[in-house]
Amino acid sequence: MTNGILAVTEFSDERFRKSSYEVVSEGRRLADQLNTTLGVVVLGSGVLAAAGELKRYGADRVLVCDDPGLADFDSDRFTPILDDILTVRQPRIVLFSASVRDKQLATRLAARRDAGLAMDCTGLALDGEALVATRSMYGGKLVARVAVAGTPQIALLRPNVFAACTVEKAGEIERLEVTPAESRVRRVETKPGAAKLDLTEADVVVSGGRGMGGPDFGVLEALAGRLGGAVGATRSAVDEGWRPHADQVGQTGKVVSPKLYVACGISGAIQHIAGMGGSSCIVAINTDPDAPIFRYADYGIVGNLFEVVPAVARALGGR
Amino acid sequence: MNVVVLLKQVPDTESLIEINADGSDIKTDNLKWIVNPYDELAVEEGLRVRERLGGGKVTVLSVGPERATAAVRTALAMGADEGVLINDPALVRPDPLATAKVLAAALKTIPFDLIIAGQRAVDDDSYLVPAAVAEYLSIPAICMVVRQEITGSKIQCEHSLQDGTAVVAADLPVLITTQRGLNQPRYASLPNIMKAKKKPLETRSLAALGLEAAQVGSGTAKTRIRSLAFPPQRKVCKMIPGETADEKAVQLVQMLRAEAGVL
Repeated sequence: MTNGILAVTEFSDERFRKSSYEVVSEGRRLADQLNTTLGVVVLGSGVLAAAGELKRYGADRVLVCDDPGLADFDSDRFTPILDDILTVRQPRIVLFSASVRDKQLATRLAARRDAGLAMDCTGLALDGEALVATRSMYGGKLVARVAVAGTPQIALLRPNVFAACTVEKAGEIERLEVTPAESRVRRVETKPGAAKLDLTEADVVVSGGRGMGGPDFGVLEALAGRLGGAVGATRSAVDEGWRPHADQVGQTGKVVSPKLYVACGISGAIQHIAGMGGSSCIVAINTDPDAPIFRYADYGIVGNLFEVVPAVARALGGR
Repeated sequence: MNVVVLLKQVPDTESLIEINADGSDIKTDNLKWIVNPYDELAVEEGLRVRERLGGGKVTVLSVGPERATAAVRTALAMGADEGVLINDPALVRPDPLATAKVLAAALKTIPFDLIIAGQRAVDDDSYLVPAAVAEYLSIPAICMVVRQEITGSKIQCEHSLQDGTAVVAADLPVLITTQRGLNQPRYASLPNIMKAKKKPLETRSLAALGLEAAQVGSGTAKTRIRSLAFPPQRKVCKMIPGETADEKAVQLVQMLRAEAGVL
């Protein structure tokens, strides 16, 4: 017999990642459709106090594994604990965020349990025994509907696509005693990134391409800062060494789905469109009125980005 | 040091992808095929390990149809020593976990100290194969590596986290996956392309690995594509009129607020 839905959260820097609320909310939606319960898993060190807030997103039960050995993510430690939880709970569906961490964690779990897994989903539906995931393939050039069979059915949700909805449930805390395994990989050092905001989780992304002409992305930084967004770049801008690889948006970089994507001095190579085509609203700023990017944008401005971008920041006014 | 590089042949990222008549797969007739870009980084890193340690062997391992031999040859032309292609009629569009099982079975017959794989293939974007191979082989996987150094029987890697990086250490054997920035893959020179034609490239069937279609064939797949479609078309782009940058900017902000509702 299989029971319920399990949503796995990610706790880092003293808080749940934004995408964790999205995963819990989608779990609630599916649990309601199946008339079953939603269990939420929290793994970490010093996470017990924060776990209570998950009931506001619809958790019937919160399974807390709080242990100093779980302070940093380590797939050797996390995988067996989750594997044990799955053995005991036998959930029908397990949801994760498609984060760097959980891509690895969920894959190991799927391999261990020979479970079907749909990666980086943008929509989920139930069809009889199957979980049907909508996900992009070929770097966003195509959208596939993929049926996941067997038990459990694992899906990883693309950040920023699913809504985080508050709905109060019991959120009964259940503390699980765990003994983290010895890890074969030892962490020597952690180097925090310079970015304050993760590109894949940002509501606004302001990106620059070859039209930037050099490594000075100051006008984009200023606009992104004004909008509470993050700065991205095309492959050519990254290949020129103007921006770090971590900032690359495209088929061979990050796939982003912000509410607003501002493409500055970007011609619109298919490789780049693949990484940002799922944005809700796209604004293109380019000196060339024939640039392909205008075919993919909702709003276009023909003009010099070094004049237009600061003007947009001014037009936003003080807030 | 024995390095095995896992490699997949994928459609060129610049290519237009079209859907076949029944919507179940892509049209493959007119596609240009390339080595998955993240796997090119893996080949390059394998060669650098061999060069740095002054010896060893780099074997390229792939699962794919006959045409995938071209991708393996490309890796041999870059400088890899040997190629192995697992080609079997039962492996038409294999499930990622099935691919991982096949690769793991092949790796039981190829000695390795280090396995290098691309972090993902840019066709199905599943991310699954490398970490699943490591799981099946009971070795650690270190994902999205931007720098690695081998000393004796140990490896130290810097790898990407969601934000920032971490430096980790492990005993070999391990599997690592590549992140952009790890290296700049070399081009195959003409003499090396000629030489690569004489390098050993062996094609093996499932039976040669002791596997049966019932274990890894498409019938075992836990995930199945029901349909493929193009992403929804956007409405025609609204070009913002105006004489000056400021005029255009004011109009844009108005539209983003009132019409698009994104501000």
